Amino acid sequence: MNRYEWLQTLLLFATLLALVRPLGRFMARVFQGEATVLSPLLAPCENLLYRICGVDRDEEMDWRRYARAVVLFNLVLVVSLFAILMLQHLLPLNPQKLPPFSWQLALNTAVSFVTNTNWQAYSGEQEASYFTQMVGLTTHNFVSAATGIAIAIAVIRGFARRRTSLLGNFWVDLTRAILYLLLPISLGAALVLVSQGTIQNLTPYKTVPLLQPVRYDKAKLDGRGVPVTDATGKPVTESVTAQEVTIPLGPVASQEAIKELGTNGGGFFSANSAHPYENPTPLSHMVEILLILLISGSLTCTFGVMVGNPRQGWALLGVMLFLLLVSFAVLQWAETGGNPLVADLGVSGANMEGKELRFSLAGTSLFTVATTGTSCGAVAAMHDSLTPLGGMVPLSLILLGEIVFGGVGSGLYTMLAFAVIAVFVSGLMIGRTPEYLGKKIEATEMWMAIVTVLVAGVVVLVLSASAMITPAAVASMANPGAHGLSEVLYAFASMANNNGSAFAGLNANVTFYNLLGSLAMLLGRYAPAVAMLAMAGSLAGKKYVPPSLGTLPTDKLPFALWLTLVILIVGALTFFPALSLGPIVEQLTMAGGT
Amino acid sequence: MSKHAPEPVSIFDPRIMGPALVEALKKLDPRDLWRNPVMFSVEIASAITLVTFVMSLSGANREPAWFTGLVSLWLWLTVLFATFSESLAEGRGKARAASLRQSRTDVTAKRLDKQEFGGSYTTVGASQLRRGDLILVEAGEMIAGDGDVIAGAALVNEAAVTGESAPVVRESGGDRSAVTGGTTVIANAIIVRITANPGETFLDRMISLIEGAKRRKTPNEIALEVLLIALTLVFLLVCANISPLSIYSVKATGQGAPVSLTVLVALFVCLAPTTIAALLPAIGIAGMDRLFQKNVIALSGRAIEAAGDVNVLLLDKTGTITHGNREAVAFVPVGGHSEHALAEAALMSSLTDETPEGRSIVTLALTRYGFKAESVPADAVTIAFSADTRLSGIDTGGKQYRKGASDSVVAFARKMGCRDVPGELREIVDRIARAGATPLVVARDCEILGVIDLKDIVKEGIQERFLQLRSMGIRTVMITGDNPLTAAAIAAEAQVDDFLAQAKPEDKLRLIRENQEAGFMVAMTGDGTNDAPALAQADVAVAMNTGTQPAREAANIIDLDSNPTKLLDIVEVGKQILMTRGNLTTFSISNDVAKYFAIIPAMLLSIYPQLGVLNVMHLATPHSAILSAVIFNAVIIPLLVPLALKGTRFRPLPAEKLLIHNLLVYGLGGIVAPFVGIKAIDLVVAAML
Repeated sequence: MNRYEWLQTLLLFATLLALVRPLGRFMARVFQGEATVLSPLLAPCENLLYRICGVDRDEEMDWRRYARAVVLFNLVLVVSLFAILMLQHLLPLNPQKLPPFSWQLALNTAVSFVTNTNWQAYSGEQEASYFTQMVGLTTHNFVSAATGIAIAIAVIRGFARRRTSLLGNFWVDLTRAILYLLLPISLGAALVLVSQGTIQNLTPYKTVPLLQPVRYDKAKLDGRGVPVTDATGKPVTESVTAQEVTIPLGPVASQEAIKELGTNGGGFFSANSAHPYENPTPLSHMVEILLILLISGSLTCTFGVMVGNPRQGWALLGVMLFLLLVSFAVLQWAETGGNPLVADLGVSGANMEGKELRFSLAGTSLFTVATTGTSCGAVAAMHDSLTPLGGMVPLSLILLGEIVFGGVGSGLYTMLAFAVIAVFVSGLMIGRTPEYLGKKIEATEMWMAIVTVLVAGVVVLVLSASAMITPAAVASMANPGAHGLSEVLYAFASMANNNGSAFAGLNANVTFYNLLGSLAMLLGRYAPAVAMLAMAGSLAGKKYVPPSLGTLPTDKLPFALWLTLVILIVGALTFFPALSLGPIVEQLTMAGGT
Repeated sequence: MSKHAPEPVSIFDPRIMGPALVEALKKLDPRDLWRNPVMFSVEIASAITLVTFVMSLSGANREPAWFTGLVSLWLWLTVLFATFSESLAEGRGKARAASLRQSRTDVTAKRLDKQEFGGSYTTVGASQLRRGDLILVEAGEMIAGDGDVIAGAALVNEAAVTGESAPVVRESGGDRSAVTGGTTVIANAIIVRITANPGETFLDRMISLIEGAKRRKTPNEIALEVLLIALTLVFLLVCANISPLSIYSVKATGQGAPVSLTVLVALFVCLAPTTIAALLPAIGIAGMDRLFQKNVIALSGRAIEAAGDVNVLLLDKTGTITHGNREAVAFVPVGGHSEHALAEAALMSSLTDETPEGRSIVTLALTRYGFKAESVPADAVTIAFSADTRLSGIDTGGKQYRKGASDSVVAFARKMGCRDVPGELREIVDRIARAGATPLVVARDCEILGVIDLKDIVKEGIQERFLQLRSMGIRTVMITGDNPLTAAAIAAEAQVDDFLAQAKPEDKLRLIRENQEAGFMVAMTGDGTNDAPALAQADVAVAMNTGTQPAREAANIIDLDSNPTKLLDIVEVGKQILMTRGNLTTFSISNDVAKYFAIIPAMLLSIYPQLGVLNVMHLATPHSAILSAVIFNAVIIPLLVPLALKGTRFRPLPAEKLLIHNLLVYGLGGIVAPFVGIKAIDLVVAAML
């Protein structure tokens, strides 16, 4: 790393850590219903919304009602987004006259955006109209992020409250998350991005003449759009000369800000944050990374404040930060080392394939670990082009269960599930019925923690196995062998953990991946959410056990290290065999020189 | 006193090993084994490999028959080791239960028609007695069932239950009225009201508890099982996932063979947390057994585990913190009298006093002031202590010697004609009381001679035990009937954290409730009927076996030795059980790292020779590697049986230090040990193949 890269890295983490505390405390105030600086402006809007929707802000819900509200609300959202995608050609703001989505792609995309996954089996600029992007997709970037935050807040209340069944009001939490948190920050961030050159307009795509005409070969199609083949079965190509190019435009900045802030990751363009209209400068690049980590990181502080011991939050943040930095170091090391096979061809230096030079190597690595450690899934480089070991870093971060900061809200509550498991085993090891934050951990909590932690892993194992024995799924793989296997593993890991980034090289817009992927995203989102709400319901009803010398402190280094170990062991034991047939063998092969 | 506490039988005793092996084979019945889901899944896996082995004999399998056969053999052994460890743990209890049963054989009882000695009775078998029946038990007869003495007093030998050969007094009324079926009356006769139907008696409950027949899983055990089942399911999927992935990889690379069923099953069993699952039942049973060796009967496993969580210990002062008897330590004269004169008067007043306090006064006077041991004068009239007069002494040689509470003795002296009470008396009495001792004022006729300093002697070494408890985060509260002044002084000397003075039963109950409201787990010991409500409220309630029936019924743990400091041992065993479970879980899961490094390269080598670098142990061949892992996974179970039965060593350390220590031993040890073990086994296996 050169001096600029060190500076870039240090600045990023310094800014992040400086913002965690004020934002974390701000969120605690917002969700505890206290007045904030924004209240004079926003409280009237908030009250008006409740009046229109008939929400009684003081009526709290038990975990069942809360979970039902989450699931039903999200179901309605899936249906409405599905309708928008299917009826895109009839709706306004479609200057390119784009046709509707196919039903399975629409289903996959609807599920993808509502579950905060933002897996994109479509190509934004070629298939989605402005209306779809703004009303359909950007809306869900806000709502799905707010849903995750609301669930996390309800779970925190479960830990913080005593002898009650009530976890808060979902509608109020949802409204406050959008109104006080997501909208103001997105607004500011969008303006910063625009200042850097991110575009924001509703004009039709521009066609401009090329400075230098390009000649290329193109497969010849018959009248029905089917490639023409010659006698030997090879496709017939024809030579074309391109004189002009179409430049896609659109309301990008407004979607870009919330795409990162809400750890959504669904790019306006197919190239996502590598596209200069989404992410034009090194500064915008850093701002985007910061936005990705901001809310998830700050929620640990909110957690600490709400349970009455800020150190508890810092301990979780410490674990997250440690895993993120280690991942960054490994990725940076692997990419700097480059590819020895390419070096043999006389190309020396780091592996720069698939990277944007304007972001620097370290900048790219930072974005990559941030976007996969959180469930964001925006990309600023092609993960598929990383070295095998380097590619294993984002894959592993996803497979760990999206807890290295994780998705907004979901990162915190999944981390809490890990903490519960770590507390349980360590509690036994010191000879006490385990307790976390003064709440006894018993069979109910264990069941819910285990569901939360393992459901995504189970989905990945089952679906990647079924892909390997389904000819249609194998046919989608552009790269055979270990790399192809990594791509499939990555695809299901990404969907089941609601990340949404892709390893590319895999044609995911086929029935197999669209439908099983939708299933993976639904299970990966709602099973943990409902399980953690159930755990919160059980915890809230318990009495508080004050700490004594016999209580294991969960806000100190030994527990943080143990928690880190538990996370790594669970991840490694679940995925070591699969990884050894993918990136591990690929890395060994590359190192072996073949 | 001689004790023949249940003699600890070694688990390697053939009398235990033999039946345990038979029992272990019986437990292989899937209808029993499914209660332990992890081992049940291993049994299914073993059955699958057995079928595969039979099929491979006719050449229908990819793996050679000898390999599948050996894997199958060791998988079956894994299951057998698990059931064997459980029956071994039960074995000791069974042997003991059998000896208890002998003391219960066909006792007859004299069922009375009316509550009177010498009344008419019918002779019935013990099994016909019902709650509420009255029975007469005379010297030399065995008491036929649990009950309360409602008339008479008798000397009872309770060795059958407690192992204590010295007989104890059981009498109607008061706190010593409970008798246990199976014990024998040595002298006198008593009438007993039966309080338990046949099959529900203390002895019956004890037998079934020891045998483990009634053992229910504790909440903690259930939560751990949830974790183990989930891990097992995940590993099942991990193994299932390898098959299609390897099929694809074979197609893609055009070399090698997909992973065979035998290897997948072997990998699954190695990864599943078999070590802890196999030993889990034994840990709980052995814990109860260890308590029984300390002469403590836990009426449920839950109670022992709750003991491990206790935050507050309520201890009776008398007998637990202090020796129970106060001792005279000094004579303080007043009004110009000499110490010698006071000592003589004190000696005289206590000549016929048979209480421990009285005897200690005599001892002090004899040893320190050189009086000769005198026989009681012939004309002596003993004035016994009564609650009304609150003084005692003798009248002899025309003089009246008295000792007692300050007010009472002053009143006595005034009555005898005393004009002026020495001015310093009050001050001295207060000073002694403030120091936690009991002042006894001595008078001879109208003269007040001085004060005896009777001290409550705190048990030696009790401070260290409280210190230990404090370092484990357990608060001790002393309960006493003394006044607050005395209580405070003793509390300070014994270094308890808190005390409850002038405690009435409702005060104890309130104290427990308050602590529980605040989220604490409360343990207490008690023996009297007035302790019963508090015992019923406490999370861990230890009743003394000498206690009353209501106290014993309210408790969930019974101490046969009636030694209140036993609570500390119970806490220790409770913690040990949880720690052993936690440590073995960590060990079991840490083992998987090495097993992966043994099996993954072995099973994928034919597809990707590059993966050979993962064979860090340099195991000889893929077959020997997989076999070694399977064998290690099996033999580690019997190797850890002694640890499971004895429990991890208990250390009174703060939670954080204890965790670090156990993580280093069982976590790090769990990672390293199998690397060494598998490599060693591989050397042997490779040499034999």
